[in-house]
Amino acid sequence: MATTVDPSEIAKFEAMAAEWWDSEGKFKPLHMMNPVRLSYITQQICAEFNRILDSEAPFSGLRILDIGCGGGLLCEPMARLGATVVGVDAAERNIPVAMAHAAQSGLTIDYRHTTAEALVAAGETFDVILNMEVVEHVADPLAYLTACRQLLKPGGLHLCSTINRNPKSFVMAIVGAEYVMRWLPKGTHDWSKFITPDELFKLMTQAGLEPVDRKGYQFNPVTWGWRISDRDLSVNYVTASLAPMSAA
Amino acid sequence: MSLNSDIAIVGGGLIGPVLALACAKAGLKCVVVDAQSMDTRANAKFDGRAYALALASRRMLNALGIWQHVAEYAQNMNDIKVTDGRQGDGAAFLGLHFSSDEIEDGPMGSMLEDRYLRRTMMQMIDRHPDITHLSGTRVVAQTITAQGASLTLDDGSVVTTTLIVGADGRQSSTAARAGITRMGWDYKQTALVCAIAHEAPHNGIAHQFFMPSGPLAILPLPGNRSSIVWTEQHNLANAIHRLPDNDYLQVLRPRFGDFLGAIELCGPRHVYPLNLTIARSFTGPRVALAGDAAHGVHPIAGQGLNAGLRDVAALSEVLITAHQHGEDIASPAVLSRYAQWRSFDTAALATATDLFNRLFSNDNALLRMGRDLGMGLVNALPSARRTAIREAAGLNGDLPKLMQ
Repeated sequence: MATTVDPSEIAKFEAMAAEWWDSEGKFKPLHMMNPVRLSYITQQICAEFNRILDSEAPFSGLRILDIGCGGGLLCEPMARLGATVVGVDAAERNIPVAMAHAAQSGLTIDYRHTTAEALVAAGETFDVILNMEVVEHVADPLAYLTACRQLLKPGGLHLCSTINRNPKSFVMAIVGAEYVMRWLPKGTHDWSKFITPDELFKLMTQAGLEPVDRKGYQFNPVTWGWRISDRDLSVNYVTASLAPMSAA
Repeated sequence: MSLNSDIAIVGGGLIGPVLALACAKAGLKCVVVDAQSMDTRANAKFDGRAYALALASRRMLNALGIWQHVAEYAQNMNDIKVTDGRQGDGAAFLGLHFSSDEIEDGPMGSMLEDRYLRRTMMQMIDRHPDITHLSGTRVVAQTITAQGASLTLDDGSVVTTTLIVGADGRQSSTAARAGITRMGWDYKQTALVCAIAHEAPHNGIAHQFFMPSGPLAILPLPGNRSSIVWTEQHNLANAIHRLPDNDYLQVLRPRFGDFLGAIELCGPRHVYPLNLTIARSFTGPRVALAGDAAHGVHPIAGQGLNAGLRDVAALSEVLITAHQHGEDIASPAVLSRYAQWRSFDTAALATATDLFNRLFSNDNALLRMGRDLGMGLVNALPSARRTAIREAAGLNGDLPKLMQ
């Protein structure tokens, strides 16, 4: 199986899998960030596919792939909004955790232990790909993003977030989140693998995707919460890109 | 009978129905369980109770389409005069005076009788297709599971739901059933509440007299009428409450003064023992508390209902956003957003009203001099005045969208 997954990265997340759904536990920072992530995701999907959030099951008819689904923190909301959801994770142990939780929530989600590359080989396609905090962990970002593009239907939407590479992101994401706040286990991130927004746009273009939007996630220490910023992409940021209308 | 809902609200007072209206606006299905019967709630006679609605609260009621139905019965509060007085001493040494002219947002508050607000809200929740109103029914049990929650009612019916909201007052049974304990203390004071008719017009001015035994608030109602909230030590208050109307007025007159001319009672009298009671947690598994169920504060500054409405605005905003994002609206992650948003505000309010009361309900000469100087200082400093006015109007803090 051709893969761009770095095995040492998978092991790190496997160790954390069982705690995904504890909002006060190890994954607290992810739970804290979830409202802004969902806000961006739902807004982009609504804009691209002409959906209205107030309506019943607004995402019905959409096939959504979440890569690096973990415990299903994004898959479950998408399923609740009516989408047909496939969640994949390279860490095998996350799959039963996510499946058990979806059953508890009364949701039908197709969780698989597989990779983007394997899905391409199987000929699967999607309207939307959620590619959150994954690209900084893969061995070959260009090959990985190319696989993502191949998984999109013509005109499909690719939402990709990651961490910028600069002195501030080193301090915030690694020193701050991993060592000082102990939000994440030490060694979660390798700063040299971080990608700047310009580099990501370039990689996406090379992969055949058309970048259309980028926003920052800004942490507010007073409200102790995250918000979306048009200008501050200095640490965490998210992008939207589209697959060409005619298959490349 | 079995009912299915997104939110089951326990409590049919004011907070429960407003929350139902706010959430149903975004398509969330709500059930309101009210222990009192519709007949009790629909009684249209003036019972002497009225609310001082802060500007932020009025905006919220407006955004929910409630204010439009009650505006004609409301009395604007254009000025608030705060005076420190001892019975028989007459006017204050250094008085505080706040005027709406000092903020750009219009009158800083409105007085509204309970009967109009209640009647409108009952009609609105009964008409709303996404709200089911069960009146004269008590909750006998609540069950929480990972998938959802349910309420068993005294007629044997069951309401299944995603989230239970306790809006059932200071002695919230919802909180008790969820194992949420409370803390607080007794103020050893009781508020005497009544409405009076007076000879002279009040000109939309609210008065707060700080007497050694406790504060006396005179709040303008439409026409030549005012709502009185008058605080005394428990024993004295209860003794006064037992007096016939004429004797009651005899006790009130020297405290009240004669600036509004002759006064007489209009409507029944009430007593409310004052205590502070705060739930140790505003949320539990699939449970959220709002209004007095979360925090019953000393009603010294008329902030009880206003604080409750802030809960509703924050809770409905958190729940609607979570619903639109496809989250489980009763997950710990979602409920903690509400708890975090409200707890700071509540702690600040409880501490401030408590301090205010302890400082003013005292006849110690030094304290008197200190607070008179303090009032004079607040009066002299424009920025301090503005802060105090905006606080009274409910415009400070991290405002929910409904109140902006």
